[in-house]
Amino acid sequence: MALVEMKNIHKYFGRVVALRGVDFTVGENEVVGLIGDNGAGKSTLIKILSGVFPPSKGEIVIKGQKVDLRRYSVREAHRMGIETVFQEQALGLKQAIWRNLFLGREPVDRLGFLKLDTAWTETYRMMREMLGFRGGGVSPDAPVRTLSGGERQGVAIGRAMYFNADLVILDEPTRALSVQEVRKVLNFILKLKESGKSCVYISHTIANVYSVSDRFVILDRGQVVGEYLQDEISEQELNETLVKLHEPRVGRGEEPPLELN
Amino acid sequence: MEERRFHLGRYKMQLGLVTIFCLVMLFFILTSPTVFLRPTIYLAYLTTIPFVGIMALGLTFVLASGEIDMSFPSVMAFAGFVCAVAIEGTGSVTVGILAGLASGALIGCLNGLIIRKIGVPSIVVTLGMNFLIRGAVNLLSQGLGKSLTFLQNTLWRTVLVGKLAGKFPAHAIWFVALTVLFWFILYRHRFGNHVLFAGDNEDAARMMGVNVDRVKIMIFTLMGLMAAFAGIIDSFRLLKWWPTMGEGYMLTTMASVFVGGTSMFGGEATIFGTFVGAFLIGSLEAGIVAAGLSGFWTQFIYGLLILIAVTVHTVLRKGKVA
Repeated sequence: MALVEMKNIHKYFGRVVALRGVDFTVGENEVVGLIGDNGAGKSTLIKILSGVFPPSKGEIVIKGQKVDLRRYSVREAHRMGIETVFQEQALGLKQAIWRNLFLGREPVDRLGFLKLDTAWTETYRMMREMLGFRGGGVSPDAPVRTLSGGERQGVAIGRAMYFNADLVILDEPTRALSVQEVRKVLNFILKLKESGKSCVYISHTIANVYSVSDRFVILDRGQVVGEYLQDEISEQELNETLVKLHEPRVGRGEEPPLELN
Repeated sequence: MEERRFHLGRYKMQLGLVTIFCLVMLFFILTSPTVFLRPTIYLAYLTTIPFVGIMALGLTFVLASGEIDMSFPSVMAFAGFVCAVAIEGTGSVTVGILAGLASGALIGCLNGLIIRKIGVPSIVVTLGMNFLIRGAVNLLSQGLGKSLTFLQNTLWRTVLVGKLAGKFPAHAIWFVALTVLFWFILYRHRFGNHVLFAGDNEDAARMMGVNVDRVKIMIFTLMGLMAAFAGIIDSFRLLKWWPTMGEGYMLTTMASVFVGGTSMFGGEATIFGTFVGAFLIGSLEAGIVAAGLSGFWTQFIYGLLILIAVTVHTVLRKGKVA
């Protein structure tokens, strides 16, 4: 049984068509590399899956359960075991690391007051294990704006790690990271796979996606244009497939490009 | 290292503010020792400052969330009016107070709904609401004040604005209690956490499952509630209600918050700063007059102090980042 099934997903932003009839599934214990050019609709697709906004049309089934899209939300996605590291990182730069780590899921008592000790010590513990952090020296109280790019990404990914999701979605997690930090992100994905979890990995760096994914889904202008298992296609062939997509298509007799703002 | 610098930065801002406050007080003591070395003037401050202070607390939350409210002066008058009319109508002071508070909360909620559900910027909505409500107050009251002398010996008057030991005003205690409560809500409660993130990075808050619309509507409702409370206790204290109530409070309330060190840009705020800021701004006028300067100096010194304080805060804040 698939962990997540998205069927015939459409999304319009005003008159702009972002997705038109996308079918997308993620299997149990599967790493899916979601690739495509800028504006292909990758982030839109995973934001729908994460509950940030609903699709204009379509259906989502998670763990065999059909999702009520009117009530689906980020909270609901979290409850269903879906964690997302957004491309935008979704961090409050003026706020402490511990506040960012627990944003939206603060440990609180019955009256809603924060359990400061829990939040702080858990953050401290996470920071030892998290990627990006230099050994010691940074306190959970430090505001995120004082952190390096790698450390900020570490907070965003650490948040997804902490809540022990069944499906972790990573949208361009390696942008602005050093070579070593990229390796840590890839190791994190491999560890997810080892521990039986699933992952959707979005990146422009094909070499990275290729090395950790079981399957690739290629999105172009709001549609799925290709799907390959890793053992069916070499990295070079995958690259060539993508390059071909970027060739002018009017000459090939296909439909003219959609208008995108 | 980062942590130490950060904490020092916060400490510095509060220290800077307290230093300014002490310098101003020292200036007053030196220029008019007969007034400022006796308790009377300080008791007078405790009587007048809480009204501005209580609204400044609410405004601190509004600014922390990256918004602004300019409707509170007329909400103050409106709630006082509703309270007075409800007491006259029902004969129950409790019902009157509840009706007054509810009317303020309702206007605040309406502000929030227009701002968040329709998407009009808060500065425009609340500016318009300030005129609208003031107009409604004038229409409903026909521009006439109300005498509330019948509240003189009621329990509620003692509880809200009575004098402890014959001297100490009860509403100063309300102000202190509310300051402590607001501090805990902003820094130690889930709601405060959401307020800070809503002001810092609204998209991030939404992507992590915070209902930003609801948080901000609640903040405007809270602001309305605080303005209503200030209006009600002011009417109780003076035993009368008048239609221009609150008109002088707009700038002093805002000045208190900004002098305290809360930023215009959202995501950070200081309740302690607002508390000290309210006393700083609230003590100026009497001090200036007592110093023998003419009343003409008041605004000049207000402006000077605001500029100094805000400059100091900005410099300290930048130092924190660099």
